[in-house]
Amino acid sequence: MSGLEISHLDVWFGSGHDRVDAVKDVSFRVDSGASFGLVGESGSGKSTILRALTGLVPNWSGEMIVAGEKLARKRTAQFYKKVQMVFQDPYASLHPRHTVDQVLSETLYLHGFDAIDRRIVKLLDDVGLGPSFRFRYPHQLSGGQRQRVAIARALAPEPEILLLDEPTSALDVSVQAEILNLLVDLRMARKLTYVMVSHDLAVVGHMCERIAVMQLGEIVEIMSVADMRAMKTSHPYTKHLLESSLGYKRVATAE
Amino acid sequence: MLEQQDKLLDVENLWVKFPTRNGVFDAVRGISFSLGKERLGIVGESGSGKSMTGRAILRLIRKPGIVTADRIMLHDKDLMTMSEREMRKVRGQRISMVMQDPKFSLNPVMPVGEQIMEAYAQHAKASKAEVKRKALDMLEAVSIRDPERVFRAYPHEMSGGMGQRIMIAMMLIPNPEILIADEPTSALDVSVQTQVLSIMDRLVQERGMGLIFISHDLNLVSSFCDRVLIMYAGRIVETCRADKLHEARHPYTRGLLNSLPRLTEPRERLDVLKRDPAWREAQSVSGAS
Repeated sequence: MSGLEISHLDVWFGSGHDRVDAVKDVSFRVDSGASFGLVGESGSGKSTILRALTGLVPNWSGEMIVAGEKLARKRTAQFYKKVQMVFQDPYASLHPRHTVDQVLSETLYLHGFDAIDRRIVKLLDDVGLGPSFRFRYPHQLSGGQRQRVAIARALAPEPEILLLDEPTSALDVSVQAEILNLLVDLRMARKLTYVMVSHDLAVVGHMCERIAVMQLGEIVEIMSVADMRAMKTSHPYTKHLLESSLGYKRVATAE
Repeated sequence: MLEQQDKLLDVENLWVKFPTRNGVFDAVRGISFSLGKERLGIVGESGSGKSMTGRAILRLIRKPGIVTADRIMLHDKDLMTMSEREMRKVRGQRISMVMQDPKFSLNPVMPVGEQIMEAYAQHAKASKAEVKRKALDMLEAVSIRDPERVFRAYPHEMSGGMGQRIMIAMMLIPNPEILIADEPTSALDVSVQTQVLSIMDRLVQERGMGLIFISHDLNLVSSFCDRVLIMYAGRIVETCRADKLHEARHPYTRGLLNSLPRLTEPRERLDVLKRDPAWREAQSVSGAS
């Protein structure tokens, strides 16, 4: 069974002269329980694909099938129970005047869960935050703790698919390691499907099995992570990205 | 050991303190280092005091922050004893600084060209035409393809990478001896990052400039710089040659390196850094070259 299938997806903004084609004829599929990475530079359309999936962009064409459900213009409540998203900046994605408890209980309430009190304790425990964090405000949390709250919120409706939009790019490397480990563990425990967007090839390489390389709204190559590590690539742009991410190479000097 | 005359900058026992309601917070705690004609990297996590170090050298820490140091020698002059008036001659002209985000460091209501001209005219006596020519040359030097157009453009019309290159152009036009770059490429894509780095690299080599490169990216620093200082909780915990960073000894540095996912060496789990309270208390290592 396919977890997620996208075929011939186009996304555009504006119209007429101002029309910008952010995503052009993108197709890929992610099996249930797999982890798929989208890499590319800013403006390549990788985040836009996630936003199109969750219904955050108005103009798109093509076909998107998520967990057997073909997506219409308007998403159903069922859809949001199956698919959840974690955003890039934990400093911006949590309401500054809601406590952790409010954030989680609102999500649970909206999805019609019972025993909310018990579930919140369990959720906080799952993401490695103790019950002492329950009544804190976001400004009383560090970046890593905030991202854990954002992950707990995404897990609240017990989704099958988690969309991760640069979940660690705002965090320090040591904190990044904690969050990535947490995501790996959660995926194992809950049999989740991940679609992860990142500009950091090493992070995607760690988390995913297959990746798609995007440039200017198109997928230039879909490859396995094993091929990526072995630098087995057919496309010059992928090669360029891989080389750039290995560190700075001195051009002029002959050392 | 560098000879005295090769030393561009020599910092001894630098402290940055902020009085708060709960007592004094020490952002930088007694660090010493020196800079020659080299690329010196300062790495550490957020809150380790690396940016504060850069700002303190230029005496850009605002009140109520307090900066103390036994000395901050720029050649034979002590920056600590200079008046604010003398300091203004140093900033930009002899030591300049590139900040992290070009969006916040360029004036949004002034064309780019005028800002660059202003930076030059502050420090040099020259005719307007000459200043303009110089500004255009500088834009070209930082690999901007159409300098005439960019010269007339406003900052919001620029991409992040272009904005950062313009900042670098502006900082380099008075031909400083030392450039302090605070996370100059963190907001940029990898390929633009490479471009910006190679521009700075070239300038270090051609002009014999000293570069202090502040970053949280260990891989980048180890491949770009000559020497690295590793900071933790306001102190220098270790210093080493950049290409030997992967053989670093200190448990903090090792912890940071192990927490990075690597393209070439896949691992099941990433190591999580365990912080030892003793690191905080340990004496700062001298970063003299």
